Amino acid sequence: MRIKMENIHKAFGTNQVLTGVDFELVDGEVHALMGENGAGKSTMMNVLTGLHARDMGTITIDGKETYYKNPKEAEQSGITFIHQELNIWPDMTVLENLFIGKELKNSFGLLKITEMKALAKKQFDRLAVSIPLDKEAGSCSVGEQQMIEIAKALMTEAKVIIMDEPTAALTEREISKLFDVISSLKKGGVSIVYISHRMEEIFSICDRITVMRDGKTVDTKSIPETNFDEVVRKMVGRELTDRFPKRKPNLGETVLQVKGLTKKGQFEDVSFSVRAGEIVGVSGLMGAGRTEIMRAIFGLDSFDTGEIWLKGEKVTIKTPEQAVKAGIGFITEDRKDEGLILDFSIRDNMVLPTLYSFAPKGIINEKSETDFVNMLIKRLTVKTESPDIAVGKLSGGNQQKVVIAKWVGIGPKLLILDEPTRGVDVGAKREIYDLMNELTDRGVAIIMVSSELPEVLGMSDRILVVHEGKINGELLKENATQEKIMTMATGGQ
Amino acid sequence: MNSINAVTKHKTNMMNAITQKLGPLLGLIILVVIVSILNPSFLEPLNILNLLRQVAINALIAFGMTFVILTGGIDLSVGAILALSSALTAGMMVSGIDPLLAILIGCILGGLMGTVNGLFITKGKMAPFIATLATMTIFRGLTLVYTGGNPITGLGDNYLFQLFGRGYFLGIPVPAVTMILTFVVLFIILHKTPFGRKTYAIGGNEKAALISGIKVPKVKVMIYSLSGMLAALAGAILTSRLNSAQPTAGTSYELDAIAAVVLGGTSLSGGKGRIFGTLIGALIIGTLNNGLNLLGVSSFYQMVVKGIVILIAVLLDRKK
Repeated sequence: MRIKMENIHKAFGTNQVLTGVDFELVDGEVHALMGENGAGKSTMMNVLTGLHARDMGTITIDGKETYYKNPKEAEQSGITFIHQELNIWPDMTVLENLFIGKELKNSFGLLKITEMKALAKKQFDRLAVSIPLDKEAGSCSVGEQQMIEIAKALMTEAKVIIMDEPTAALTEREISKLFDVISSLKKGGVSIVYISHRMEEIFSICDRITVMRDGKTVDTKSIPETNFDEVVRKMVGRELTDRFPKRKPNLGETVLQVKGLTKKGQFEDVSFSVRAGEIVGVSGLMGAGRTEIMRAIFGLDSFDTGEIWLKGEKVTIKTPEQAVKAGIGFITEDRKDEGLILDFSIRDNMVLPTLYSFAPKGIINEKSETDFVNMLIKRLTVKTESPDIAVGKLSGGNQQKVVIAKWVGIGPKLLILDEPTRGVDVGAKREIYDLMNELTDRGVAIIMVSSELPEVLGMSDRILVVHEGKINGELLKENATQEKIMTMATGGQ
Repeated sequence: MNSINAVTKHKTNMMNAITQKLGPLLGLIILVVIVSILNPSFLEPLNILNLLRQVAINALIAFGMTFVILTGGIDLSVGAILALSSALTAGMMVSGIDPLLAILIGCILGGLMGTVNGLFITKGKMAPFIATLATMTIFRGLTLVYTGGNPITGLGDNYLFQLFGRGYFLGIPVPAVTMILTFVVLFIILHKTPFGRKTYAIGGNEKAALISGIKVPKVKVMIYSLSGMLAALAGAILTSRLNSAQPTAGTSYELDAIAAVVLGGTSLSGGKGRIFGTLIGALIIGTLNNGLNLLGVSSFYQMVVKGIVILIAVLLDRKK
């Protein structure tokens, strides 16, 4: 299937989102689509698949001008869009999910379970995955859910699959599996549009790359003809000297000391410490227990045995409230579900942990609150017209800055950042890294849980690798490599 | 070009904010105009004062319900709490306890009943609907047990007690004064204190609120206690007005309170709404009752009209 989009324009109200987009896709190619959040990648694909009608421009498919009226029509003619937020019915089985809306029925209107199972199995075999068909989809890992979506697409004989940030929530192992699937799909003549922020991935699996900025396509190049720096430069429209800022850690006293933290079935005998001014990276496969350990330290979940010491004193932290009082901030991996109140304004979100400091006599002093919020907005370079805008309307990067601002506001001793740059574009990523440096310069201790190895390597002073609930090894920045981390993360030494 | 867009966008945002804030008030004004055209005696001071007194009981319960609904919860037990606390208050008075002290103890007992709700919801991790449905039945049952199904009368002739439901202060009915004072206090709590912010935050995103260091269970228990206490206060007004405690008092009052909150523009999913809206919502319901009475509409039709008004109000709210 050959797709050609030319000079596409699209506006929502007065907001011009696409202003002249060109895009071309040929048979059996993996075509990366890159750009900062809000550059128009998803909108462009939504125009292609008929969710939005274009204002201007032409779309030709296999030489014929074609405009789909809705995503279903696009799907029927072979274009499937797998969104970042997966379309999974969590309470239904894998089989039911695969056939949702397309169930096979016999002449009595009853489901033909055996045939559906056989078909499903065939697709799973083709993808070399083995997920039990009667498992509840909600209990599958994100990687498995993604495979369900891909299998669903293949069952509709998809010729083009659009994947939006497919690896955002996958473990390294699942990612390499996905890449195997992508290359086998490619051999079968299926083309893939691959939307991602992750440079390494794109350079390892894509054939061509199209970079978008501010609603326009900036350039399309074949991968061997370009490099990281060029892509980043085109994406942000300015020079980014380095992806990671230089760190000159100035380590102080030990802030956090965890001794023998254990919770049955989740983590075991976890001991480590973090010093003031230090960034400790926590790496490991998804499901290894990294987030669980952090939640226990923050008092969100209980633990069975072990001790937590803060600045040389043993502390009891049973609720987040106690953690916040002790000067710990927690930026969770799920910013929409746990970090922010999306309908609330930037202001209302930012002051949540510090409310009492504005109300010494019980009544909130709105003036000092506003000053505080404006100071944080400026310090974290949150891009917004006003602090009263709902955070849900901000881009991913700006949302993340609001979450971080919330915790910077408490004047933390220790910040735990769980996947701090997930779903954040390159420019904002760099700003978040700079901010981490600024915080450690001021003596804040940082624990950074991350699944992005380059980030772990680029930002940590020390790296802990978690494997099946235990700390399997510790690496100093100087001698850490991706290979060493991966070996430890998979149980080796 | 962009700045012009931004300005118009800002303007439409402002307009939205204004209609959202004033929508219920506008509805009330339209209603008052219609009723007073149909029957000019509606606007007579005596009738307005009477209306305010009638509204007070529902408004007080609805104020508490606003806090509950803002957290994303619901309190079905308020009518039953009203009845039980009213019976207990009356019982105390009959046994010779000072009436005002009895009212105070009654309000505390109502607050404790609310605390029970709060504990089942937070510690017991029960859905508010289920927990308060169960306690509603229990409190109503206890009322019947305590009263033997008969009204409690013989409450004496304490002047202050009689004033509480029937008297006037500077020409304004005391229940209305109670309502307005309570409104002012609750308005400040909801909009000017950390407690109010937390109430909104819990309804907006409970997980995010918890992780931000908010003691979510404690705040919730306090809110259900507040709701119970306000129901008991409304019960005291009713007891004074009727000069007796009725075992079936407050039946379905929870629904009127929920209606007032919803008419006031508060979202049942929590996190969004204002207590001023609830006051207006209660006044809308009061105006409807009062106006339809004046117009001689039968109470059967009144129910139909009330239901239709709620439907229209919610539909209009959706449109925004």
